Amino acid sequence: MSDAATPREVVLVRWGEIFLKGDNRGFFERALVDNVRRSVAAIPGVTIQRMHGRLVVRAGEGGARPVTRALERVFGIVSVSPARVVPRELDAISAAAIEVARIEAAKHVQPTFKVESRRSDKRFPMNSMEVSRDVGAAVIGALALPVDVHHPRFTVGVEIGYEDAFVFAEVLPGPGGLPTGVTGRVELLLSGGIDSPVAGWMLLKRGCSLGATYFHSFPYTGEKTQDKVERLGRQLAAWQLQPMRLSVVPFTDVQKQLRDASGDGRLAVVLYRRMMMRIAERIAYRAGAKALATGEALAQVASQTLENLSVIGASTRMTILRPCLGHDKHETITLARRIGSYETSIEPYDDCCSLFVPEHPETKAKLAVVESMESRLNIPAMVEDCFARTTNVTCEPR
Amino acid sequence: MADLIYLDNGATTRVDERVAEAAMEAMLVAWGNPSSAHNLGAEAARRVQRAREQVAAAVAGEASEITFTSGGTEANALALLGLARLKHVVVSAFEHPSVADAARALIERGVEVTTVAPSSSGVVSPEAFAAAVRPDTALVACMWVQNEIGTVQPVEAVARAVKLKAPRCHVHVDAVQAVGKLVVDVGAAPFDSLAISGHKIHAPKGVGALWLRRGARLKALVFGGGQERGLRPGTEGVPGIVALGLAAELAVAARAEAAPRMTVQRERLWTAIVAAVPSARRNGEPATTAPHILSVGFGGVPAEPLLHALEAAGVYVSAGSACHARDKKPSATLRAIGVPDDMGTIRLSLSRHTTDDEIARAAEAVIACVRELS
Repeated sequence: MSDAATPREVVLVRWGEIFLKGDNRGFFERALVDNVRRSVAAIPGVTIQRMHGRLVVRAGEGGARPVTRALERVFGIVSVSPARVVPRELDAISAAAIEVARIEAAKHVQPTFKVESRRSDKRFPMNSMEVSRDVGAAVIGALALPVDVHHPRFTVGVEIGYEDAFVFAEVLPGPGGLPTGVTGRVELLLSGGIDSPVAGWMLLKRGCSLGATYFHSFPYTGEKTQDKVERLGRQLAAWQLQPMRLSVVPFTDVQKQLRDASGDGRLAVVLYRRMMMRIAERIAYRAGAKALATGEALAQVASQTLENLSVIGASTRMTILRPCLGHDKHETITLARRIGSYETSIEPYDDCCSLFVPEHPETKAKLAVVESMESRLNIPAMVEDCFARTTNVTCEPR
Repeated sequence: MADLIYLDNGATTRVDERVAEAAMEAMLVAWGNPSSAHNLGAEAARRVQRAREQVAAAVAGEASEITFTSGGTEANALALLGLARLKHVVVSAFEHPSVADAARALIERGVEVTTVAPSSSGVVSPEAFAAAVRPDTALVACMWVQNEIGTVQPVEAVARAVKLKAPRCHVHVDAVQAVGKLVVDVGAAPFDSLAISGHKIHAPKGVGALWLRRGARLKALVFGGGQERGLRPGTEGVPGIVALGLAAELAVAARAEAAPRMTVQRERLWTAIVAAVPSARRNGEPATTAPHILSVGFGGVPAEPLLHALEAAGVYVSAGSACHARDKKPSATLRAIGVPDDMGTIRLSLSRHTTDDEIARAAEAVIACVRELS
């Protein structure tokens, strides 16, 4: 029972696509609950309760605002509503609805409203229609507000739970997607640029969990670049709601050998990228990842032509996911701003892929040519050497 | 860090321990507000006044002519943006961004700005300034020591030439890289204002000063409690101010002995590098370069990797375009003096604490890294 004198605020959490997943539903819901728990772990006094098709997050002393802020990063959530908790009695529900309606009405010039009710506990003596009708009548009686069932300016929501009832008006959109962790592990090739963090975020949104690999070419890329990549890693970890491993691969020696093998250098980027895929694949196997992911967008730069992407892809048997493939640059930038990675990504940095590369690199790589260049090198030994010297950093959610 | 050879004193310097102690004392003992009427306030105000006298002495000016700021950037901003009714402004083409971008802001406000190009040896001529000045020119700005290549500008001759043509024109000099390295005497020429920075002379970051000739007027850029004669209101940053005062005094006291020594070290460094790498190209003539800066270009060697390779060898320097490496564009300064874009340029900048042994080891490291990367 809630104390009517000091009603605690709660946040109702709704999810969507999980319903479509049949047998996996229980698994998906558990993952969502775990992720919600992680997201609010740092907020004192918060408790979580499962209801039919809903989560009820009871806010602590700090109220609902810190909770709704934290839930903005939990994939799988479709919407949330800060709500008042009242006893399951029509009078109490109506009183809360009047309060909520009074606040909402003040936001509109010509307020109209309706009441929408939902019962999790079907044993409740009134059905949803009856609750809506009676609560609506109480609001009209108290505030003389007109009802508009088709296009109301605001809607008062009533949900009847097993122990309490909840009354709310605000419905805040969640990030959507699937609970992170349910679809499997992916190894992200993370650079300091704008695209790769966005690619990682899009996969988190589809329920993946991430590890990341960064290729460091000291002295061509400096310590500041690695610091920056680690910060991007922490930003991704904040959306994953769990720490993320970042593997740092010392790439300089390999890169020089590839440059020398590439003749005039026009195919150097393709050689670098193929080697990166092989090394990332090695790391992915160790980490139990099922796919690689990059920030590549079709034809965005010379190395991302259809021809070059397919020659790069032929270097590994692992699936390469390219979530940004169809993005225009501005679409990726818009997402990067939302994720919070954009301001970090645009700091100055050195991209090791641009090293030793002529102004007009090859845009139509041929697999046979590339393979003949590589045949002069001991590729497996180079991969093993890089793998052996790789160090891991843990990116904590920031 | 024991073996660290720091040759990036043009970027910033290590705080002198005596200076740090003075700042600490201002934080823990004389921590009052200089504006307070009680004796704690008086104690702090006395320290600010003492620092004002020290900074004034360092440039041979008067204490009442010193305004403390947050650094060289703000001192430059005050001079460029604080003048009323500007029509025409003349600046050199390779000013520090705090001046160059302030001039760009003036253009947006409808002010006409003329830039004066330097010669290929990195020096502007007084004649070129005089030619650019018109009867309605209200402000001329020229830096004393160019921050990227170290060349000394003939600011005294520039000021005289400008005043001959436009006697009422305000002449501002960015002296951030000059204090402690050259004789800075505001009475030697008809200057109107001069910018000074703390962290280039072994004081902490976050403090600087503007010397403003008695009688010259500027408008404030921020508003508040009337501190610094209303030109730069806000409670005085006493610890930084105290530090700047002492650091300026120490820098000027050490100059007579340190400047010739740095000049010798700089030449030794250059001689060693060019003997081993004959294609190395030096920016600026030795005779017209400040004692502490050596700017060297290496054809076909990228600057930033060279910087990192030197860093790995324990030698800390700046790459040509230094702090503004955001989009990795070639430095405007280097372009202005005709250095090709593919010439990787590094700046080695000394301090009065640099030792001969460090110079010898740094030369070896530069030679080894250039060979490795070419």
